[in-house]
Formats: sequence, C-alpha cells, structure tokens
Amino acid sequence: MALAPALKSEFDELVKNYPEKRAALIMALHRVQDTQGGWISPDAMEDLAQYFDLEPVEVFGVASFYPMFHLRPVGKHVVSICHNISCDLRGAQDVIAEVCKITGAPLRGTSPDGKWTVKPVECQGACANAPMFDLDGTYHEDLDAQKIARILGGVR
Amino acid sequence: MNSTPTSRASIKKYETWLLDRARLDGSHKIDAFKKLGGYRAFETMLKKGMTPAQVIDEMKKSGLRGRGGAGFPTGMKWSFMPDPTKDPRPRYLAINADESEPGTCKDRVLMERDPHGLIEGCLIAAYAIRAQAVYIYVRGEYRLSYERVQAAILEARAAKLVGKNILGSDFSCEIHMHKGAGAYICGEETGLMESLEGKRGHPRPKPPFPAMAGLWGQPTTVNNVETVFNAPFIIERGGDWHAKIGTGDGKGGGSTGNFLCGISGHVNKPGVYELPFGVTAKEILEEKAGGMWKGRALKTWFPGGSSCALMLGKDVDVVLDHDSLKARGSSLGTAAMIMIDDTTSIARVMEIIARFYDHESCGQCSQCREGTQWLAQIFRRIANGQGQPDDVATLESLAMGMAPGKTICALSDAAAIPTLSAVRLFKDELIECIRAQRDPLHVPKPVYAVAGAH
Ligand SMILES: Cc1cc2nc3c(=O)[nH]c(=O)nc-3n(C[C@H](O)[C@H](O)[C@H](O)COP(=O)(O)O)c2cc1C
Ligand code: SF4
Ligand code: FES
Repeated sequence: MALAPALKSEFDELVKNYPEKRAALIMALHRVQDTQGGWISPDAMEDLAQYFDLEPVEVFGVASFYPMFHLRPVGKHVVSICHNISCDLRGAQDVIAEVCKITGAPLRGTSPDGKWTVKPVECQGACANAPMFDLDGTYHEDLDAQKIARILGGVR
Repeated sequence: MNSTPTSRASIKKYETWLLDRARLDGSHKIDAFKKLGGYRAFETMLKKGMTPAQVIDEMKKSGLRGRGGAGFPTGMKWSFMPDPTKDPRPRYLAINADESEPGTCKDRVLMERDPHGLIEGCLIAAYAIRAQAVYIYVRGEYRLSYERVQAAILEARAAKLVGKNILGSDFSCEIHMHKGAGAYICGEETGLMESLEGKRGHPRPKPPFPAMAGLWGQPTTVNNVETVFNAPFIIERGGDWHAKIGTGDGKGGGSTGNFLCGISGHVNKPGVYELPFGVTAKEILEEKAGGMWKGRALKTWFPGGSSCALMLGKDVDVVLDHDSLKARGSSLGTAAMIMIDDTTSIARVMEIIARFYDHESCGQCSQCREGTQWLAQIFRRIANGQGQPDDVATLESLAMGMAPGKTICALSDAAAIPTLSAVRLFKDELIECIRAQRDPLHVPKPVYAVAGAH
C-alpha cells in the first residue's frame, strides 16, 4: 500500500506550515479518516509512518490518544452523542435511548446492517443548545424525539 | 459605562462590542466585516507606528484578563516574551480554540460568526509579541469554526492583511489553522503545544514556561480566542476606556470589560450572552436566561465550567467576576454557568463530572490517573445505590491528595475542586443515598450504564 497521490500532494503542502514535518501528523490522520471510510486502518498508519519518517507504533501511539480517531471500522454513518453535564441535564440519556432504538446500534457499537455506529462523546461546545449529537461531522442541537426521528429518518 | 471603577454595572443598559457583529448575518465575510469597522484598529496601529511596547502598555492599562479559564492578565503575559534584540529565536502565538470545558460554548460563536474579529486580534497580538507565525488550534469537532476561520484567513491574505510585509509595512505574519482530535487535555497550554507538534497531548512540567520554551522549544504565547478577540477594541478605544468598564480597581486588579457568558442546564433560555463584569449571576439567570425552567428552584450551579467549585442556589446573588467568586470559594473559570434544578441528584451530577475527568486524564501523574478513576467509580456507585459507608470520607481524602499543585497540570485540581465542593455542600444528601442504598433523585438506566471506554 502507498499513500493516495492526492493525499500525498495535500500533505506536501500541509507540512510547509510547520518548522517540523511531524507537526502535520494529526491533520493528516484527520484527512485519512475523512477520505478512507471513516477510520484509520493499520495499513494507512504504516503509510503515514513512512511519509512522516516515524515508526508505525509512534503513529499508532498518537492516533490512539485522540478519541476522534477510529482505529476500527465504523458504520456508514457515525452518530456521536454528547453525554456530558449540560446535555445530561436536558435529556441526553433519552437521546441515547432514542438513537439506539432507531438505528439498531448499541451504544459504542455498530448496527448489524453496518449502517450506523453510535458513540457517546464528552462536551462538544454546544451546551447552550443541549441536548445534541454530531452526525457525520454536522451538529444537530436542541434535540427532541421528533427531531431525532426526522434527522435520522432522512439519512440514506 | 461606569463613572467610578467600583460601581456596579446595570444589566438593563450597557455598552456591547463582542457580539455586535456576530448578531448580524454575513459578518463572517471580509466586506461586511470591514463595513462594520473591522481591521480599522489594526490598520491604524500600523499607520500610527505604534510600537509593540506601546501595544502591550495599552493592554496592561485595559486590565484585560485571559478568558481561557485562569484569568491571567493579558498585557503582562505578552510582556513575558523575551526582547527580540537579545533573543532572536523564532517566536509563536498559539490560539487556544480547543474549547472543551464542560458548559463552555462561547469561542465557537466568535469563530463561526465573526472569524475576522479573531484574525484581527491575532494580528495585534502577534505584532505585540513580535511573532512571525500564529497557529490557531481548533478542536476537531468544530468543523464550521475551522472552515469559517480558514476562509477568513484566505480573504485576509488576499487583502494583504496576512503574509509578508502586511499592508506595505515591515511586519510579516503567517496564520495557520490546526485541528485537535477530541482530547480535553489539549486545551491545557502545554498539552496544546505537544499536540501541535504532532504528539500525544501530554502536558509538560513548568518551568520552563512557554514564553521561554514553548512550541518547538521557542518563545510562545498561548491565548484563548475571546482574549485576543478583545485586543482590537482595546487598541482602537484605548486601555483606559476598557479599564473603566466592570469591577476594576483602577490599579490593574479586579475584572474589566465585557465577557461572554454561556448559560446552560435547567434554564428557560440557555445561550451565550455578552455582559459587563459587575452584574450578578441572578440578574443573568433572570434577565437573560429567563429564569429556571418548569418553575423549579435552583439547587446548585457551576459559575464557570465543571472545573470550579459548585455554589448553592442561594449564592446566585454573587457578582460574576474573579474576586467576588473567589471570595465565595469558587472561581470565574470560563464564565460558563451550568444551572441545576432541585429535582437533580448531586451524586448523578458528580458521576458525570468525575467520569469526564477520568476519561480525559492523560495518565502521566499517578495522583491524577488513579484519583480520577476512583472518584468516578465512587460517585457512580453512590448514584447507583451501591455506596459504601466510608465513601464520602474517601472522596474527600482522595481529592485532597490530588490538589492543589501536586501534579504536572491542573486537570487533577479540576477534578478535585468540584468533588470537594460537592462533599462540602451536599454531604447529607450523599450520606443518605449511601445509607438508603438508593438515590431517590436518580433512576440509573442499566442498559446504557456500561463502563466508559477510554
Ligand atoms: C485541563 C485544562 C484544560 C484547559 N482547556 C482550555 C481550553 O479548552 N481553552 C482555553 O482557552 N484554555 C484552556 N485551558 C487554560 C489554558 O491552559 C491557558 O491558561 C489559556 O489558554 C491561556 O489563555 P488566556 O490567558 O488567554 O486565558 C485549560 C487548562 C487546563 C488545566
Ligand atoms: S495532572 Fe492529570 S492530565 Fe495533567 S499531566 Fe498529570 S496525569 Fe496528565
Ligand atoms: S455538555 Fe453537551 S455540548 Fe456541552
């Protein structure tokens, strides 16, 4: 395996922003996850290690530190539900129950049809519009059962 | 505006500037921003030939204190950067846009709705500390913030406001965007620097302080988004103007200016509001947030995010500023008020808070790694009706062992402080949950109560 040429040229630009190449690693991990099926495979980590002149285990060490990075395959859509305090006070537990019911995915798991992954996340900075979840990178706030059904029902 | 520095501000009538542009749609584009007076402060500063020392002087005069949680005086922080004639190393400004303190959601409003305001603030700060590059570290989840600020940088570059020889002057400055990836600890300034260097966000022991050895070992200043956002207003209107607003003592003490207050939880109108220092928490709750929801009473509240001590409902008459909160045993933190009604279990609230710190501890210090884990377990079992007789005493002694200043960074303190306040204010409630082996205010949801995966 090798880094996709489009990504490689993107990274060539990115590393120019920093005095040391390695600084672009987290940005690069994001790009890999966003463009390669929502997760970072062992192969991809090896490619990144090669590009950044690091050992694969170093790349793994960094990637595994950050909760946004998925090191195992995820469903086609990822619902990240905030379960921190401001959201909990306004019904985050009900949001979790509702989302798990509609998607058929367990919390911290993927639905049998591979369509959905549902995970709890800490405060997302949307506390004044709690409760909330992030669906594939877009925030949905001020959730109630109806709104959740409408949002998830509209996803193919 | 107040005539004397110590007079209380009125919540009914006060001057605003932080959210004026953000309230108007389209302010994120450079044309609209400029029409509203944007970049005028920066351009005037360059044209008038203000020196970096003069800029720092204005900031000192203004009394502005950092809005990232610690409230450090901004002008003084900038003055810690070494003299470039004696220390010619490259130097950096890092903007802390990691905003992950539970309850805090203010920087996002500025970045999404007024990104040029942040860039103008960065330019003034970079000029003052003579940094040739700025890194804006945005939490990875804030995609719209990232896009808006990135687009604004491109517009500013096209207008010769970013890059080499800005507006024909000899001031050059690059601004780069950088993403985090969901780790709260990267909001701690040295964790942020590690993360920016492409590593795990493990905080560094201090000293050395960032001004001496920060990013890549070079002199670095770390400032919160809202902090530098204030700079253009101060430079344009003068430090004296700013110092007169709020509860400053005229000698650099107190809290000056306006601040962004996020109010969340059990209130009718949660939101992010701009307020002058000097108003009371009660005024904010009633005049801005529409009071407690469902006609219920306020049981307890966090005045500034989950890392500060809980206050009782009756303490809501306190003035929301650094000194007043300190005098009542808490702190202003990020000015994120989390309001909790009287039907809520304190064990449940603390179960969530403790779980959060356990999840986010980076694990370098044993007191923090072990302590947060124990706090989370104990609050959880109390909330689930399985508390053990000594649990309250154990919570207290654990928390005392975690703070103050016993660890590399303040995350350990941030877990210990709310714990100690909960034990102090709600001891009877916790003890009763343990005695009855049941929390009357909380029904655990067993299906979802699986242990937090790290
Ligand atoms: C655990 C921890 C998390 C923090 N998170 C943030 C954050 O998300 N944003 C922020 O601006 N400051 C955060 N801080 C405070 C920073 O360390 C630093 O004080 C601040 O960015 C300085 O900026 P200021 O002087 O402009 O306030 C955090 C501190 C600690 C100990
Ligand atoms: S106090 Fe906690 S978060 Fe901070 S460095 Fe130590 S272990 Fe890490
Ligand atoms: S607590 Fe859920 S977004 Fe802040």
